[in-house]
Amino acid sequence: MTTLTTDASVDVIGGNTARINPPQKQRKSTLLTVLMLLCTLYFLFPLFWLLVASTKSNADLFSTFGLWFAHFSLIDNLKSTFTIQDGVFSRWIVNSLIYSLSSAVGATLLATAAGYAFAKYKFPGGNALFSVILGAIMIPTTALAIPTYLLFARAQLTDTYWSVILPSLVSPFGVYLMRVYAADAVDYSLIEAARVDGVGEIRIFFQVAFRLLIPGAVTVFLFSLVATWNNYFLPLIMLSTPEKFPIPVGLAQWQSTSSAGSGGQALFSTVITGSMVSVVPLILAFIFLQRFWQSGLASGGVKA
Amino acid sequence: MATATSTAEIDTTTTPHKRKPLTVAKRRQYRAAYLFVLPFFVIFLAMIIVPLFYAGYLSFFKQQLVGGTSFAGFANYTRALTDPAFLSGVARMGLFLLIQVPIMLALSLFFALALDSGMVRLAKFVRLGIYIPYAVPAVVAALMWGYLYGPDFGPFAQLSDALSLPKIPFLSPHFVLFSIINVVNWEFVGYNMIIIYAALRSIPTDLYEAARVDGASEPRIAWSIKIPAVRPAIVLTIIFSVIGSFQLFNEPNLLRILAPNAINSSYTPNLYAYTLAFVNQDANYAAAIAFLLGIVIMALSYVVQLSNQRKENQS
Repeated sequence: MTTLTTDASVDVIGGNTARINPPQKQRKSTLLTVLMLLCTLYFLFPLFWLLVASTKSNADLFSTFGLWFAHFSLIDNLKSTFTIQDGVFSRWIVNSLIYSLSSAVGATLLATAAGYAFAKYKFPGGNALFSVILGAIMIPTTALAIPTYLLFARAQLTDTYWSVILPSLVSPFGVYLMRVYAADAVDYSLIEAARVDGVGEIRIFFQVAFRLLIPGAVTVFLFSLVATWNNYFLPLIMLSTPEKFPIPVGLAQWQSTSSAGSGGQALFSTVITGSMVSVVPLILAFIFLQRFWQSGLASGGVKA
Repeated sequence: MATATSTAEIDTTTTPHKRKPLTVAKRRQYRAAYLFVLPFFVIFLAMIIVPLFYAGYLSFFKQQLVGGTSFAGFANYTRALTDPAFLSGVARMGLFLLIQVPIMLALSLFFALALDSGMVRLAKFVRLGIYIPYAVPAVVAALMWGYLYGPDFGPFAQLSDALSLPKIPFLSPHFVLFSIINVVNWEFVGYNMIIIYAALRSIPTDLYEAARVDGASEPRIAWSIKIPAVRPAIVLTIIFSVIGSFQLFNEPNLLRILAPNAINSSYTPNLYAYTLAFVNQDANYAAAIAFLLGIVIMALSYVVQLSNQRKENQS
């Protein structure tokens, strides 16, 4: 009852003030809604297909309609995905986790410290350094990958975990984002107050500023995490031992053997189920961490 | 110097006493700032600047069958600039850019404006649904679309069969560029939509509430107020798209498995550089190609920024 009355009173007020102050809520448009839902369908149907296909046996993939279920063989598919080639797929998952987590943590710490320094300290050469870093955003990372490979080959670093992690630690865009973020998030008066209390600069960063920088840092972390998890080119050229592959390189290799049909090393159903398994954690992460994407992108995008 | 004289004017007697702790504090702050920047900068130097110069260095040498490497001057560059395989790849990426980027940005902008207008029901679901493909690794996206396009068990081919219509040749030489464009759009429309949407959300509403009171329609408000306000975000997405499209590698490299006749080893400049370095073992020429590619990309992003600045100065 109470909700009813409050609703009514809100309506009355809204009605009365409508002429002076139009309601904030726009009228919903059915046409636009239907159009947008159709577009959403386009973005979701490949994933639906992937989900359906991962429940089918290799024979059913060819003999039944792609966008609907047939005999349910997801369990068999999962079994073969995780047991083929001595269970190398679980090795790839672990590798992907190692590569993306260590790169993302490292890149975030480096970018946060540098961005904070650029935002809150005036020091000789600071602006010049920052412009160099900003210019590096334009350098195509894949154009660098080949010379990096050649350098690593000289240092005998290729085909090691480091060969994928080290290049992924640099995020010029992350530094830019953290500088923009730190400029607003950390107040000068806080830093000054800590200085007056005799707190050292490094302790100020870790004990005062860092907590305020966390939301921005989470955005940078997520960016690097997704970028490394999804990276294909760099690990493809750096690694040659299948036991060190991350998921994308492994799946691509399975795909080429299954398409070549040479002795049926891996079946299509195995590749499809592997793809499905690799997509699920990221989609879940996206759904639950949405607000970080938006807030971070807003601060970076508006002031660019 | 300026601070020193001003403090001197205020109080001459304590100047030597006061100046010292001030510079020590400043010096301590400088040291802290360098310390914060140093770890990033070391890795930045090692992973970006050094490889960049190494690529430049390599590109001036040539491997010979007899006698190892020798200085080649600009030979690799003149070779690249007359190499039909490289040039056709660059031209193809130019075409790709001209078609893909406008479609993608138009869709992203439209979706962002529609969601921001508040006229769409189920807006949260729509927003997430369009954005989700960005979470899908490029390799999986290309694999998935490769199967969807495929003549064997792709649903499009199945539908054509069921209706006894001719199959659409998604993976034929003429069609495959558009098929790749579709995959890339599918992956990135949502990402760009979110960037623009986030920028739209941060426009103060009173900017267009007044226009609404005056009876301006939603499309009119979008065109005259919202789009100009989110220009920086749109420019950012254009620059990222330029950088991304010229580096195209993942999608064509995976679709190549299914369509080896439509996509050759020099289909994109990046694919070509990869083939040169790892199949032909010609690192020097590959370095020259990578370097040229980097220059093309940086020049294009610079043009985008410059034309934006000029427009901003005009308005």
